[in-house]
Amino acid sequence: MGGRRTYMLIWAALLLLTAVTLGISFLHLGVGNAVIALSLASVKAALVGLYFMHLRRESALVRAFALAPLLFLALIILGTLSDTLFRK
Amino acid sequence: MADGYLEKRGFRAWAFTLDHKRVGVMYLWTTLTFFLVGGLFAELLRLKLMTPGPGFISDKTYNVFFTLHGALMIFLFIIPAIPSALGNFFIPLMIGARDVAFPRLNLASYWIFLAGIAVVLGSLAGPMDTGWTFYTPYSAKTGAAVTTLSFGLFLVGMSSILTGLNFIVTIHTLRAPGMSWTRLPLFIWGMYATSIIQVLATPVIGITFILLAAERLFGIGFFDPAKGGDPILFQHFFWFYSHPVVYVMILPAMGIISEIIPVFARKPIFGYKAIAYSSMAIALAGFLVWGHHMFVSGMSGVAAFIFSLLTFSVAVPTGVKVFNWIATLYRGSITFESPMLYALTFIFLFIIGGLTGPFLGSLGTNVQLHDTYFVVAHFHYTMMGGTVMGWLAGLHYWFPKMTGRMLNERLARRACLVMVAGFNVTFISMFILGYKGMPRRWAEYPVQYQTLHIIATVGSWFLAAGILAIMWNFWRSLTKGEIAPPNPWRGLTLEWTTPSPPPADNFEVLPTVTDWPYSYGRKEGRE
Ligand SMILES: [Cu+2]
Repeated sequence: MGGRRTYMLIWAALLLLTAVTLGISFLHLGVGNAVIALSLASVKAALVGLYFMHLRRESALVRAFALAPLLFLALIILGTLSDTLFRK
Repeated sequence: MADGYLEKRGFRAWAFTLDHKRVGVMYLWTTLTFFLVGGLFAELLRLKLMTPGPGFISDKTYNVFFTLHGALMIFLFIIPAIPSALGNFFIPLMIGARDVAFPRLNLASYWIFLAGIAVVLGSLAGPMDTGWTFYTPYSAKTGAAVTTLSFGLFLVGMSSILTGLNFIVTIHTLRAPGMSWTRLPLFIWGMYATSIIQVLATPVIGITFILLAAERLFGIGFFDPAKGGDPILFQHFFWFYSHPVVYVMILPAMGIISEIIPVFARKPIFGYKAIAYSSMAIALAGFLVWGHHMFVSGMSGVAAFIFSLLTFSVAVPTGVKVFNWIATLYRGSITFESPMLYALTFIFLFIIGGLTGPFLGSLGTNVQLHDTYFVVAHFHYTMMGGTVMGWLAGLHYWFPKMTGRMLNERLARRACLVMVAGFNVTFISMFILGYKGMPRRWAEYPVQYQTLHIIATVGSWFLAAGILAIMWNFWRSLTKGEIAPPNPWRGLTLEWTTPSPPPADNFEVLPTVTDWPYSYGRKEGRE
């Protein structure tokens, strides 16, 4: 695996997803816009992590370190929602 | 006398060094400078507060000075002071390695730090008046160079992230043979927990600064309600970083105390695992409590309730540490050399700082005490009484190792007493002032508070005199101190097995570890 071909394919995929994100922003889908944009961005981040940053081939410890920040992201979202959802 | 790692002289030997010890020393000089500059601003603030009305500086200048005092002390001194200086110097020595895992990255962190400082100082060409917290909406519209300043702090933060990353990898991969995780010195555990916070929390403040810059430059409404933004969102982001970062300030200091107490009590540390794991617990719990800075900001009652409750969880691992130190002292053969004096001062002052925390974390009392001098006194007891005392304890403990010279012990002890006396006079007055309702950050105040303000200011003179005596001692001992033996305090951690100052590659032969480093009183020194 790896090799130039894979990298070029991933790069193409990233460009494609960017184009899709841009295109979607012209449609008016309400909350849907944010949901789609964030989902596409997450897919792109995952591709970069797995292929360009070689997480696919790394040890469990390194992968755990790479995934741990997601918990903290969830934390900041949860904590902030506990404020914004319950404001009078 | 051997000069060890200090042998090569000249600008290039320092500016392009890959030696973690030299990088540590450069951080030490830089942070020390900002400690003194920040302290100077504090003394000017105290001087103004002697009188309730207009003083020798205008109220606008007062705002600028307290912003400078806070921002310089927090970002350029207290966050990097112990991790980047003493951590850099001693992590490899204490785990039995020749350097950190990424020496070039280490040097790069220092230069990024300096670049950040240059930008920060550049932004201060005009007056900066936001306070060190940069709250929106004011920070989004003030004429001060907030964007430049936050770019500078962004660089400082990047340096902090890289240092943390370097330390994590170093501790994982470069431990000497036999140095298992449960044989790690407790300072290393403290630094490990610290590094995790640096890596996880610092990016959040970096992103926040970018959002603030985007709002100021492009008018994107992240925080402006008129554009659909939310000013309190800024406070969420800011404190998601700035609460955990108080543990970047305190955990390394706690690590130093855990090293010094057993050495000068000649007893094995009590509750090694509890102290080690409580560092990790503090690091994690620190991420759950940021909302306690926002109880009166208009945050929802539900959030206030949750954050208040969670705040108390931090007290548990902190208490574990304090009780373990005291249990280590119990029936020890205690001697009061200067490092121990500072360590005991840390415990004494930190207990006061720690116990006044729950007053502020409780919803009811917080409403009374929020944004008063009580808060100011509380965090100066934890940050100055805690971190700065731990930093000074570490400097007195490791000065012989870093420089090859002993300090003047008599002067060190007297300076400590003067400083601690002054500190308490200053900040106990502030607790009372705050309890009586004196708001923080006010240049002018009702006349009934004047007596306590004068007492606080006089105390600050003793505090300053103590600090100056300490600095004089450091400076003089660099050239005039007695030559230090390799192990003046009969310590058992690895840095004491190598000459003072250590050779450039730390150890002649890399050590093999067969025991944990706290068997004091059972065997004296290593066989
Ligand atoms: Cu806090």
